[in-house]
Amino acid sequence: MPIFLERKQLVTPGDLIAEGEYTAGENTYMENNKIYASRVGIVEYETKRVDVVALKSFYVPRMGDIVIGTISEVGFSGWTVDINSPYPALLRASDVLSRPFRPQKDDLPVVLDMGDLVVAKIVSYDRTHDPQLTVAEPGLGRITRGQIVKVTPTKIPRVIGKKGSMISMIKQETGCNIILGVNGVVLITGKTLEDEQLAMMAILKIEAESHTSGLTDRISKMLKEAKSTKEEKMNE
Amino acid sequence: MNDKPEKLIDKKGLRLDGRKLDELRPVKLQVGVISSADGSAYIEHGKNKILAGVYGPREVHPKHLALPDRTVVKCRYHMAPFSVQERKSPAPSRREIELSKVIREALEPAIFMEYYPRTMINIFVEVLQADGGTRCAAITAAALALADSGIPMRDLVVACAAGKVEDKIVLDLFDTEDKVGTADVPVALMPNLNAITLLQMDGTLSTDEFESAVNLALEGCKQIYVLQKEALRTKYVNVKEENKEEVEE
Repeated sequence: MPIFLERKQLVTPGDLIAEGEYTAGENTYMENNKIYASRVGIVEYETKRVDVVALKSFYVPRMGDIVIGTISEVGFSGWTVDINSPYPALLRASDVLSRPFRPQKDDLPVVLDMGDLVVAKIVSYDRTHDPQLTVAEPGLGRITRGQIVKVTPTKIPRVIGKKGSMISMIKQETGCNIILGVNGVVLITGKTLEDEQLAMMAILKIEAESHTSGLTDRISKMLKEAKSTKEEKMNE
Repeated sequence: MNDKPEKLIDKKGLRLDGRKLDELRPVKLQVGVISSADGSAYIEHGKNKILAGVYGPREVHPKHLALPDRTVVKCRYHMAPFSVQERKSPAPSRREIELSKVIREALEPAIFMEYYPRTMINIFVEVLQADGGTRCAAITAAALALADSGIPMRDLVVACAAGKVEDKIVLDLFDTEDKVGTADVPVALMPNLNAITLLQMDGTLSTDEFESAVNLALEGCKQIYVLQKEALRTKYVNVKEENKEEVEE
């Protein structure tokens, strides 16, 4: 089972990356027992699997994903939510009100209006139906405060880090609460604006340097330095 | 203005623009030139200057065009009024409508259309300056723009033409050769899968001549493919270099 490229090498669509007993992972496809890349990205060989980490991609909904979306349309019995994907998501009124929806009495724009941001979970999605959202779980619902950062959806795993090491470190250092939308939208809520901006800077740095190693250490250093300068100022 | 030249190929076997019979025009490719598009590319193929932009996959408008099993690919090939000697009306001509279809059909086999049903991909090709062989250059640029947008593809698509000028088979005809010459054969190729996605012929050729013209065009395609890949790499050259640093660390 030969492989044709080194780990971490840049590939373009159509590049032959492996042959034989490998399984085709993300952003690859198999034809005649040969595995080719289907996106521009970086090759990753696992023991029995080849992946291409895409450098540019878009969000495709999956059941159970937590996403952050913008209300793009207020309908008769629910909302249409823009979740940064090729498909618009639907949010039902009865779900948000957590009781049956009464068209005569309930005024939807009062509950959620155009442009409002929501944290929601995808409850159903398949090829034939647009994704449906729910907010009837703790931690979900309308966003009232905080900062929003958008990153490429493929880079969300990097922001989380190995077993959540990166994100928990940022949370700890900045004292902010961070919600990652799998669709590439990140919500940061902290005690002060400075804390929030610090966390934003860290996340944007991760996006720009997502393909380098030792990133967790560098981010941690950056945050600690920012913290100490702040403390110095306070003491003055 | 366009006087018919006496000879298209001189005694030394060189063409009007000084090229050999099997020589390409200089090709320059660039990726990611339009910031508002999801993917874009720019090609300079000899005197041709073409811009391609890709949007999508996105919601289909009007909605009834959506297909339940695959994405809809829409392509618009358009020549700017200033792209040719005589002003061209900006309204889409019969030729442009046909080329839009031809380019779309050359690119569709490379796209995984069944991955994103009920969506639409828009490809816009704008010819800023034309000098023969625009359909080929347009396909090359549009394929790059598609790859740049992150749409999953089986392979890139490269196109190049060959033809017959004064009883000789030549590669990559420019405007005058195209108009005065005997035949023109544009070919589009998916280089890794070795599959042809476009094959046309304009003019007359014998069977043998046709075969050698196709083979010559395929050689041209492979030369352009190298440049195409390089263009995609150049956009992410930082990524590559930083990866090297990582290995060194």
